[in-house]
Amino acid sequence: MYPKDYRYTKEHEWVRVEGDTATIGITEFAQKQLGDVVYVELPAVGKALEVHQTIGVVESVKAVSDVYSPLSGEVIAVNEDLNNSPETLNQDPHGKGWIIRLRLKNSADWEALMTVGDYERFLEGLAS
Amino acid sequence: MSYISLSEQDKKEMLARVGVSSPDDLFCCIPEGIRLKKELRLPPPLTETELLRHFETLGRKNKESAQLSFLGAGAYRHHIPYIVDYLSSRGEFISPYTPYQPEVSQGTLQVIFEYQTLICQLTGLEIANASLYDGASAVAEAVLMAERLKGRPKILVAGSLHPQYREVVRTYLRNLPLRVEEMGYDAKGQVDIETLKQKIDGDTSAVVCQSPNFLGVVENLDRLSEVVHQHQALFVVVVAEAASLGILQPPGAAGADIVAGEGQSLGLPLSFGGPSLGFMACRKEYIRQFPGRIAGETKDIEGKRGFVLTLSTREQHIRREKATSNICTNQAWCALKATIFLEALGQDGMHELAYQNIQKAHYALESLAAIRGVRRKFGGPVFNEFVLEFESGYSKIQNRLLANGIIGGLALGPYYPALKDCALFCVTETHSKDDIDRLAGLVVEVVR
Repeated sequence: MYPKDYRYTKEHEWVRVEGDTATIGITEFAQKQLGDVVYVELPAVGKALEVHQTIGVVESVKAVSDVYSPLSGEVIAVNEDLNNSPETLNQDPHGKGWIIRLRLKNSADWEALMTVGDYERFLEGLAS
Repeated sequence: MSYISLSEQDKKEMLARVGVSSPDDLFCCIPEGIRLKKELRLPPPLTETELLRHFETLGRKNKESAQLSFLGAGAYRHHIPYIVDYLSSRGEFISPYTPYQPEVSQGTLQVIFEYQTLICQLTGLEIANASLYDGASAVAEAVLMAERLKGRPKILVAGSLHPQYREVVRTYLRNLPLRVEEMGYDAKGQVDIETLKQKIDGDTSAVVCQSPNFLGVVENLDRLSEVVHQHQALFVVVVAEAASLGILQPPGAAGADIVAGEGQSLGLPLSFGGPSLGFMACRKEYIRQFPGRIAGETKDIEGKRGFVLTLSTREQHIRREKATSNICTNQAWCALKATIFLEALGQDGMHELAYQNIQKAHYALESLAAIRGVRRKFGGPVFNEFVLEFESGYSKIQNRLLANGIIGGLALGPYYPALKDCALFCVTETHSKDDIDRLAGLVVEVVR
């Protein structure tokens, strides 16, 4: 269910790192909690983000939720497809439903994030 | 709902339930030092007869409604067809509130939807909200919205924007890291385009102009829009006299990104300052940052047409402190009246209304400006208001008019020191030729 090579946050964001580029999205758990996503507010490309700064907003038919940046860096791409098909976020949250790509500023940020094992245990804790 | 007030027994039970011994204990969080420790100084109670007599006496102090008035300046006297009060007073409609259980109030939602549609048609924009409190707060909301969209710290405001609107905007922005700069007017009474070109820069979120402006002059919106958009700022157009939209080019067609205005002219009486009706519209692409309630059309599970409040995720009850505005209601009953007014007049009726205003105002302007010692102050095109300058000052004329049962135009000195000998006159379809001739006749007598 949750990709092994990703890292995770308590706010249910995921991160995939390739070289100095990080791709960020929200997890399967998050999309299920939100329900049908109707709108994703994306940041401007070029924006500098600090750890835990708001990236944007995911809006579903029943809730609105901020998405926080798990890492610091500069936004180098946003998933424009979400403008016309926000439902991608429900259908493929860990893949085509990615939200932004960052150029990493500090690779140590990564180490502070949860591994897949940590995250799954965290989710079990929420369920119990 | 029962309107029988609480019995002593009810009070005791309620206090026991929350765990306090007297109602005073509920105020324990208010510091001793600021509590009022004596009775309020109120007059003794009155019987119903006495109360009626009291208010009738007060009411007789109102001369305005009986007198001939040439005041405008943001509050306009227009004829209100009887159908407006008749229909809006029906029990099914008579609620000042936005519906809080929206989907059970299909009739109210349909009215709001129709109202929004009409505002879109008048302003030439794609999206309108369910209404706001008044023109001034609508302008402030438009400014805040522009800043959310652009994220730049500067707002340029025309000095010919209604002075009270400017004050309200400043109040809204007082504790925000935004600065407001004003632009003067030129000899025609229009926004000075050179000042605009000098002041606008990459820090500017929005340029706010009123048309017809507070000096009565219709702005050249196309020309202003061009400059505003060269700098990727948003163009906010303010309409304080909604009747002008019956004949002037819709601001949206002239490049406005957001239109904010006052809808009092659309079927609402002049009642000691309110209630009025703020309207607001914008381009569709800005809808996520748009404040206020929005009614939308939809289909129910049987495929029948129905209405809902939509895009509520912008609003305070869902977004909390990140909402686009703290507005979570609308001026529902005033918007209902405006809707009935607009639907009763129709497009042709609105055009006729606006046409009559122009014709009568221009007849008055020509009659008055022909008098020796009286001068038309600004050369720009006007709708139903115009500024006159009086060689020997305005106060003598104003007093003489008052003594003869006429309320003259608004003295502009308190708002614009440079216009101390000037007054803003308003003439609408409610004025007859005789009324205007009487006004001009008295002015001739005073200046002679």
